[in-house]
This record gives sequence, structure tokens and C-alpha cells, in this order.
Amino acid sequence: MSDAERKPVRSIQTPMRLTYHYTAGIATSRFLHGIAEGRILGQRCPVCTKVYVPPRGSCPRCAVATEEEVHVSDRGTILTFAIVRVPSENLDVPLPFACVHVLLDGADVPFFSVVQGCPLDEVRIGMRVAAAWVEPDRLAPTLQSIRWFEPTGEPDVPFDQLREHL
Amino acid sequence: MAERCAVIGIGQTHHTARRDDVSIAGLVREAAERALADAGLDWGDIDAVVLGKAPDMFEGVMMPELYLADALGAAGKPLLRVHTAGSVGGSTAVVAANLIQAGLHERVLTVAFEKQSESNAMWALTVKTPLQSAVVAGAGGYFAPLIRSYMQRSGAPEDTGIRVALKDRSNANKNPYAHLREPDLSFETVANSPMLWDPIRFHETCPSSDGACALVLSSERAATGGAHPPAWIHATAMRSEPTQFAGQEKVNPRAGQECAQEVYAKAGITDPRREIDCAEIYVPFSWFEPMWLENLGFAPVGSGWKMTYEGATAPDGDLPVNMSGGVLSSNPIGASGMLRFAEAAMQVRGQAGAHQVDGARTALGHAYGGGSQFFSMWIVRSERP
Repeated sequence: MSDAERKPVRSIQTPMRLTYHYTAGIATSRFLHGIAEGRILGQRCPVCTKVYVPPRGSCPRCAVATEEEVHVSDRGTILTFAIVRVPSENLDVPLPFACVHVLLDGADVPFFSVVQGCPLDEVRIGMRVAAAWVEPDRLAPTLQSIRWFEPTGEPDVPFDQLREHL
Repeated sequence: MAERCAVIGIGQTHHTARRDDVSIAGLVREAAERALADAGLDWGDIDAVVLGKAPDMFEGVMMPELYLADALGAAGKPLLRVHTAGSVGGSTAVVAANLIQAGLHERVLTVAFEKQSESNAMWALTVKTPLQSAVVAGAGGYFAPLIRSYMQRSGAPEDTGIRVALKDRSNANKNPYAHLREPDLSFETVANSPMLWDPIRFHETCPSSDGACALVLSSERAATGGAHPPAWIHATAMRSEPTQFAGQEKVNPRAGQECAQEVYAKAGITDPRREIDCAEIYVPFSWFEPMWLENLGFAPVGSGWKMTYEGATAPDGDLPVNMSGGVLSSNPIGASGMLRFAEAAMQVRGQAGAHQVDGARTALGHAYGGGSQFFSMWIVRSERP
């Protein structure tokens, strides 16, 4: 083959696979054990009194350790959301779906999840939702124990009461 | 007292979806050679090289700074790699400027790049972590809920984002380096384009680009005698904040507000809207223009959209924004922040061609990254500090 006939090599695919081992640490271990029992555990900051879930063992605002454990409800309010219609190869849920920030009752930071159980055009800011857990015998120390959130039918929370969390 | 520092050379590639005629090394070298030519210098004149790019996981090239050292002429010289997510192009330029301001070097080459055709940013940004399900779907999936929060808080008209997209894409038609050139784009085309991450439409989203940007920075001693006048760096600032904390203002981040306050104070600016002639700000999704106008103090909280709506940010407005077409028209991620800084410098050098703002003497370059946790900014002027 002459040089003129050789085409440039424009793309070579080289697949890569990554498997990580994650050490949860003390606060997150307690949270994950709670999840395996169907309970959501947060931690309260001793200075600003805000409740973090999942807890990381410290408050990023006050730079102090958090030790007081707090039971957080598995019900909450949608703070904001997006309807995802773009495919990505490692998404956990079929398209389209509502990706939501849920403020769990008793927590001060939002929890990221998805909403199922109602038409997408009914998802709204202020909507009340509750966690849909896997069957009790499938509960495990992983967030996959919460399948998604579903509407509870309770009245919406007015926007003014959510403003500080947006 | 810090040494004075100026931008004396600017280079960039023609940003496009796929540069499979060159390797990553070829791409960065193209931008670097243009910056050196613009400065009237050669590789031997450079004292140190500072490289920036977004996460290694995008292209899967570990330690690109090692692989690119010879292509960037860094052998035998200090070579430093910077990483601050999407803001990295900006913070890379800041680090390079700091080396001159500290008196360590006379001339520093700084380069930033991304080759999205060789990467999979959507995949890398949708990884499943132990404490979060993979439901976010790339950067758009992360930022769409924040845009909805802004819409709810501000009560801005629903077509605000469409107007930003039309303005930026129209500006891109005047920029020969821009990736997207869409002279026939209409309001209806943008409005009727599919929702990717509702409320973000297809035409309100940045493209995936291959591209690189390079700057030659110099001390005051080495700044004169070039073919083009220098752009003098009057102030730089960087800020970060935690990923998540109670009471976090995700729409109007404190780190961004404080970064802006610092860069204005260092440049002696008290009324940014009046004293800054034009701004290149990092807007990957249209609605981030009004959000950042507020965060940067150009408009009161809740009313940034009015500037967009009234045409204040158009090329003939009182504060032209994203004259180059912005991130919405070209997005080689790692380079995107440096392109903002470069456009600000081109404007005050009078070098911006068809997208030049008449009489621009003071300009802001801005970049942000992560989930709005990293900010970098600079103020450049045609006048020496």
C-alpha cells in the first residue's frame, strides 16, 4: 500500500472499567445501618442546630464535628425538580423521569432522588412525597433501599415556607 | 507589592464538534503557537507553563500534563497543572498570572483544553456514588432544578432563557472561532426545540466541543514592544465553597458573591455596571446569564432577567455580555473558562474584530465550576494599573 492510500487513524476505542471500594466512615456507617432497618438517620450540628442527612460527621458551615443523632422522617417536600429526557448510559431509571430535591421533614439539606407514581406534569415545587422502600427482606445498607419517592396526597407546602432552602 | 502582569499573546483553536485531524497534543500546540505568534515570541522565550483541564476521567488520559509536556515546550521548565472543574480555564490563567505577580517569572505560557470528541463527559458526570443514585444525568441534570428555583424566585418571564440563547448564538456568528454558527436561528426554533432537562431546551444548552485556548502573560518589563498592546491585569480572585450545606444559596452562591466583591475591590471598582464596559461570563445554560448578573452585582437579586429582557446585555446595550457567543456557542470544557478570560483581554486590546465593543477599556472575565462551588474572575484594562 502506498502512503497516499493509507488513511489517518482518527479514532481507537479503548474501554476502561472502574470498580471502587468505598470506606463509609463512622457517621455514614450509622446512616447506612439505619437505612438497612428502614430508618433515615441524620446528625445535628451543635452550633447552628441544622440537621444533615446523609450525615458526614461534621458541619461544613461551622467546621465542627456532629455527634447528636436525629431520626428524620421518610416524608418530605419537593424543593425543586427537573424532568430528565436525555439518555446517559449509566442512569438508574428509564426516561423520562422527574429528578427532585426533597427536603425531608426534620432535615435541613435536600435529598436527591426521583419521583414516581404520578404523571410528570403533576410534579411541582411544594408537593408532598414519601419514600418508597424496597420489600423489608431486601433492605440493605445502601441507598438503593429507597426505590424512589411517591406523592402522599397531603396539601402542598406554600413556596414562602420553602424559600430559605432554595 | 505585587509585580504588574499583562496579557501579551492570545491564541485559540477553531472550536468544533470533532477535531480528529489532530491528537490532544496537536490541539493544545495549535492554540499555544497562535498565542506565541500574537505575542511575537518563540518557545525559548517562555519561562514556565501552566496547564488546565477538566477531570481526567473525561478523556481517560491520566496526568495529561505529563503527556503534553513536550508538546507545550515545557522540558527543562516548571510545568504546573491546575484543576477546579469547569472554572479551571479561569483559575489556570489566575495561577499563571500569580507566578508573574510574585516576581518568579518574566513570561508564562498558560494553556487549557478539552477534546470532547475523545471523551464522555455525560458518563463521567453521571457516576453512581455510594450515597447517591445515578439520577442526575450530566451537568444539565444538575443545573436544571436550580434554574427552576431561579424562575420561581424571580418570577422572570418564561422566554428569558430563549432571549439569552438567541443573543449569544447571534454574537457567535461574528466570531470566526465559535463552534455553533446558526445565522437562521429564530425565537420559534429555540422555543420549539426539545426539552432535554426540562426547563432546559436543546437550543438553550452548550454544545460539546473540541478546542484549546492559550495566553502568554508577562511582567511589566517584558510587556512592551509586541505587535498588539497589552491587556493589563488589574485584579484576580478565586473562591470555593462546600458541596452542600444547610442554608446554601445554590442559585446565588456566596462564593460567587464574595469572589466578585474581591475582584472589584482590588480593581478599585465601586459601581460594576457603570465602570465595566463588557463582560464574558460562564453561561453553559441560557438562564445562567440572569442568575450570574445578580451574583456578580450587576443587577439587584431577582431582577437580573430585566437586563436581558431590556437588551442591556446585547452588543449595543450598556453592558454587553458574552460578545464571543459564550459557552452557549463553544464548550471545550477545560478551555471554556480561559476563553472567557481571553475574550475580556481581546476586548480591551481592541482585537475582537466583528464582535469588538467600541471603546472597551475595562472588561470582566468570569468562570464557575462544579455545582457552582468554584469561581474565578479577572478584571483587565487597556490602561496600566
